[in-house]
Amino acid sequence: MKTFALLATLVTGIVLLYGTRDFAPWGDPDSPANSHLSPVYIERAVEETHVPNLVTAILGDYRGYDTMFETVVIYCAGLAVVSVLRRSRS
Amino acid sequence: MKQLQEQVGRNPEGDNQIIRTSVRLLVPFIQLYGLYVIVHGHYSPGGGFQGGVVLGSSFILLALAYDLKTSLDFMSERVNNLLGNIGVLIYVGIALLCALLGGLFLDYAALARLITMAAEEWHSLGIFLVELGVGLAVMSIMASLFWDLASGGDLEEGL
Repeated sequence: MKTFALLATLVTGIVLLYGTRDFAPWGDPDSPANSHLSPVYIERAVEETHVPNLVTAILGDYRGYDTMFETVVIYCAGLAVVSVLRRSRS
Repeated sequence: MKQLQEQVGRNPEGDNQIIRTSVRLLVPFIQLYGLYVIVHGHYSPGGGFQGGVVLGSSFILLALAYDLKTSLDFMSERVNNLLGNIGVLIYVGIALLCALLGGLFLDYAALARLITMAAEEWHSLGIFLVELGVGLAVMSIMASLFWDLASGGDLEEGL
């Protein structure tokens, strides 16, 4: 069972590493994210959301769905720890 | 000095009066700073996650300098759990409310049907409300993780 778990972890890791080969090079100005997504955020974020901090505007508004599930993940972690560990002495 | 020596003598377990006093003085400022980080997330680095961690760490500091019971006096477990649930509910509730009011999921501009404001203003306010929910949830979970892990789950005696 342990060897199977190790094998599964290794295979998943190798597949993930292989997937990174298709990423755009780090900081490439021609990558899709940099060529038309970032300029739109930079140009429009302040007038669309009235939030001077771009990071907050993207985190809370444009990428709000992502942040919502980040919160839910943290909440699930807390819930799991409480439900596994919490017990009363009596 | 004599008073200090007596107080130290009464705590043979090595509790330090200096640490306790400085923590007691620091905790209100730490909590105020946590609130500032959440509220000021629009204008400076910060936001719900960071502010929530700062708020939660103030309770952990209390538990470390005093004991678990003292930090539970400041924030009871029941209230803490309630705040965590409310925090997540604020976020998901606002997202659902936007969808129910006819907009897209998490499209804060749809809330203008409740209170008439410009779409940009609602986006700004919506981000703030959502960050508030994140801050509450993160604070509660930081504190409850420490309490449960440090005491082995019975909240009797911690580190």
